[in-house]
Amino acid sequence: METLLNEVFVAKVEDLPEKIGKTTVVGDLELAIFKLDNGKVHAIENRCPHKGGVLAEGLVSGEHVFCPMHDWKISVKNGKVQEPDVGCVQTFEVAIKNEEVYVLLPE
Amino acid sequence: MAKQKLVLIGNGMAGIRAIEEVLKLSPEKFEITVFGSEPYPNYNRIELSKVLQGDTKIDDITLNSWQWYEENDILLYPGETVTVIDKDRQRIYTDKDRQVDFDKLIIATGSVPFMLPLPGADKDGVTAFRDIKDCENMMDCANQYKKAVVIGGGLLGLEAARGLLNLGMKVDVVHIADYLMERQLDKTAGKMLQSELEEQGMNFLLEKQSAEITGQDRVEGLKFKDGEEIEADLVVMAVGIRPNISLAKESGIPVNRGIIVNDYLETQVPNIFAVGECAEHREMVYGLVAPLYQQGKEMALKICELEGEGYEGSVLSTQLKVSGVDVFSTGKINEDEGTKSIKVFDDWKGIYKKVLIDDGKITGAVLFGDTKDGNRLLSLINKEAPIEEYTDTDGADAAGTNLVAEMPDEEIICGCNGVTKGTIVESINSQGLSTVEQVKGCTNASRSCGGCKSLVSELLEHTLGDEFDQNHKESICACTTLSKEEVVEEIKAKGLTHTKEVMNVLGWESEEGCSKCKPALNYYLGMLNPKEYQDEKQSRFVNERLHANIQKDGTYSVVPRMYGGVTNSNDLRKIADVADKYEVKLIKVTGGQRLDLLGVQKEDLPQIWSELDMPSGSAYAKGLRTVKTCVGADFCRFGTQDSIGLGVRLEKKFEGLNTPHKVKMSVSACPRNCAEGSVKDIGVVGLDGEFEIYVGGNGGTHMRKAELLSKVKTEEEVIDTSAAFLQYYREDANYLERTSAWVERVGLDQIKSVLSDKKTFIDLNHRMNEALSVLKDPWKEALEDQNILKDLYQNVKVPSGSH
Ligand SMILES: Cc1cc2nc3c(=O)[nH]c(=O)nc-3n(C[C@H](O)[C@H](O)[C@H](O)COP(=O)(O)OP(=O)(O)OC[C@H]3O[C@@H](n4cnc5c(N)ncnc54)[C@H](O)[C@@H]3O)c2cc1C
Ligand code: SF4
Ligand code: FES
Repeated sequence: METLLNEVFVAKVEDLPEKIGKTTVVGDLELAIFKLDNGKVHAIENRCPHKGGVLAEGLVSGEHVFCPMHDWKISVKNGKVQEPDVGCVQTFEVAIKNEEVYVLLPE
Repeated sequence: MAKQKLVLIGNGMAGIRAIEEVLKLSPEKFEITVFGSEPYPNYNRIELSKVLQGDTKIDDITLNSWQWYEENDILLYPGETVTVIDKDRQRIYTDKDRQVDFDKLIIATGSVPFMLPLPGADKDGVTAFRDIKDCENMMDCANQYKKAVVIGGGLLGLEAARGLLNLGMKVDVVHIADYLMERQLDKTAGKMLQSELEEQGMNFLLEKQSAEITGQDRVEGLKFKDGEEIEADLVVMAVGIRPNISLAKESGIPVNRGIIVNDYLETQVPNIFAVGECAEHREMVYGLVAPLYQQGKEMALKICELEGEGYEGSVLSTQLKVSGVDVFSTGKINEDEGTKSIKVFDDWKGIYKKVLIDDGKITGAVLFGDTKDGNRLLSLINKEAPIEEYTDTDGADAAGTNLVAEMPDEEIICGCNGVTKGTIVESINSQGLSTVEQVKGCTNASRSCGGCKSLVSELLEHTLGDEFDQNHKESICACTTLSKEEVVEEIKAKGLTHTKEVMNVLGWESEEGCSKCKPALNYYLGMLNPKEYQDEKQSRFVNERLHANIQKDGTYSVVPRMYGGVTNSNDLRKIADVADKYEVKLIKVTGGQRLDLLGVQKEDLPQIWSELDMPSGSAYAKGLRTVKTCVGADFCRFGTQDSIGLGVRLEKKFEGLNTPHKVKMSVSACPRNCAEGSVKDIGVVGLDGEFEIYVGGNGGTHMRKAELLSKVKTEEEVIDTSAAFLQYYREDANYLERTSAWVERVGLDQIKSVLSDKKTFIDLNHRMNEALSVLKDPWKEALEDQNILKDLYQNVKVPSGSH
């Protein structure tokens, strides 16, 4: 089945703080956007699968974020919760054009 | 303020050490001028023996280079002698017609060697053994002549004799008593020493009284009272020293055997101090460096107008610096009625040990052949320890290294330079030292008399040995095998400046650390280098990054500061207005006596702060939270102290401070302790005329009752003691270790003993003040910085119509 994607402008790359999440609200969707040390930008759902912690406020280490509530470790790349905990959060594709960050959202 | 003029007469070991202490305490307070008769910078007189014995070169015994004087802005007049002190005008005059005014004057003119007034004592080839000139003189002489006579079988004489042997001369040692070093050793040890030295090639003439030095212009021999005569090309007089007090005496400063000083090393003339071998304290004149250094410390405090305990005299210990001979003596050396002793005598191995006991306490010791226990005995004597403390661990010394393992960190290993076990271990670890020489270079331990060399090498063995045993230590997180101590040492040693650098340089297993080590490293870096370190927001837990407390639903709570739990109608009104305007869900009085506004949206935080216009209460921080106070003297019928006032002062002083974990304090005004000091990290209880300071309490998950740290008289002392305690905690505890756990781990006795050292106490206070000096109110800082506002508090909102 084909899903249509919608490209949404979020921010200029330079306006995103490094290694600190940015809470981004698109309609009723809340995203956490991370600009990492390596310059890559990732977007995941801003809710921890454990008890709904806001991941944008977590500590970012490498390609993982530690949830500020109970310290679950979650990959910002593929949304997977790291052991010993289990679960995953939704991830969203990000495209950068002309130093501008776009998130690809399902229609 | 204009600097005070501090003048030092005597560029020797005691005087310059005292100046170093002054510089440590108040680097900016004085304009310092130093006069020294000798044309050198300050050198290590003790090492002249080693120079003579060929172990060291004259160039290597400089203690403070010319550059040191320059760097510290000290005006040095080498080769210039002070001739007059005008004590009324506070001015000195020199042999180069210079006159200098002073506000404070230190006399540290040392000693002059005592020269026997024998006929012929003025001939060429007769010398003392006191300074570089004498030393060079002897070395020259050894090039041309064969036969030396040393008069004096004490420490100095024997060290000179050993040197002259090394220089290829034949040496006779003439001594008036019937055994060697009779003032430091008993007869058994003295005789053992003699036979040892005879084996090394010395010849002894005991119970001999010199009568005349014979020869034309130059010495040719020495004649004794009994008529006997021996040949000599060189005569070294090492029969004693006399405090060099002529200048003081002529200037009208009261002297006895030495210049009379009190416990603060003040002479009887205002603003004039004396320190070192020229000073006489409680009728004692000292001729070894350890006491002089202790004097210097106390004097420096006085000169800097800081409070000290005063100098109370020293227990002496002696060690002979002749290789191949281990002799040590300290305290009382000969038995009398009532003295008991422990003696071990092993003629075969050449080991003799005697420990004297009076009234169950160790009062002195003589060791020959095996001097490992020396420093420990000295410290037991200083502590007035019961003999059991020595005998109970005596069995362990067969294993040697156990001895150093048992020593507490603050035990002095090198008495001359006051270097503790802790310092040595730390530098071994942090600088990767592996030889005694390196330890000497880094810490000064064993740099003077060298008597502690064996202890230093045992410490090395002990410390390095442990390193193989990685299991015992706790690493700070799974990203590394290093412990907190090791990380901190590496940061210091390598001058690391940010978390990522620490991780890279120290080989972290994960590239960017984890939620445990990032905040910990951020804390350690800031603690070590408060002035330069740039706090990393991304290494802080959300509460500390946003300066508000995150709640389970992702909203925040805001706690304005309310010093000492005191508020007023204006603040209450503002709080009420803000609560209305931003639809705060709940207002709650917290356990720490303040108001908590719960359920605030992140984006509203900056606006709320600006409308409250109150400082942040740091209710979320790993830092000082509140100082809970009772009502106190003004209102309560039991109160004896102004608990509210003191609580406010404490809170104002420490607000915003970063600590390894949260810190809560309280002040109560009487023993009823209404502010519940027994469950606080620091709980102050005011009594009539004094305060009790309790520490290490915790009312949280791990209930712990606070213990009494100290009793003090004034509010100032409460503040300084709290600062010293907190700073020690900041430096020593692991990140996220509450004071309760820390106090339990290191022990209250250890903390007390660290804080009881005046210098450490002051240093801790200095470092605390440094840390406090850079703090800003985080709410205000955020409000003033657009970048912080944008990066941390604004969300991105994409209107729903855009896709
Ligand atoms: C060979 C030798 C070995 C020693 N071994 C040991 C040892 O193993 N352990 C130990 O603890 N101690 C030892 N000592 C003793 C130790 O060196 C002294 O206790 C210490 O140096 C005394 O320090 P001071 O500052 O009081 O005097 P000094 O170091 O003698 O300094 C006094 C200085 O004042 C200068 N001076 C005097 N009058 C004037 C004036 N009017 N104007 C300007 N300058 C003036 C002198 O030139 C001198 O440089 C040894 C001493 C010698 C000589
Ligand atoms: S601690 Fe003492 S002074 Fe303070 S409120 Fe309680 S009873 Fe009154
Ligand atoms: S809500 Fe994220 S770890 Fe519990």
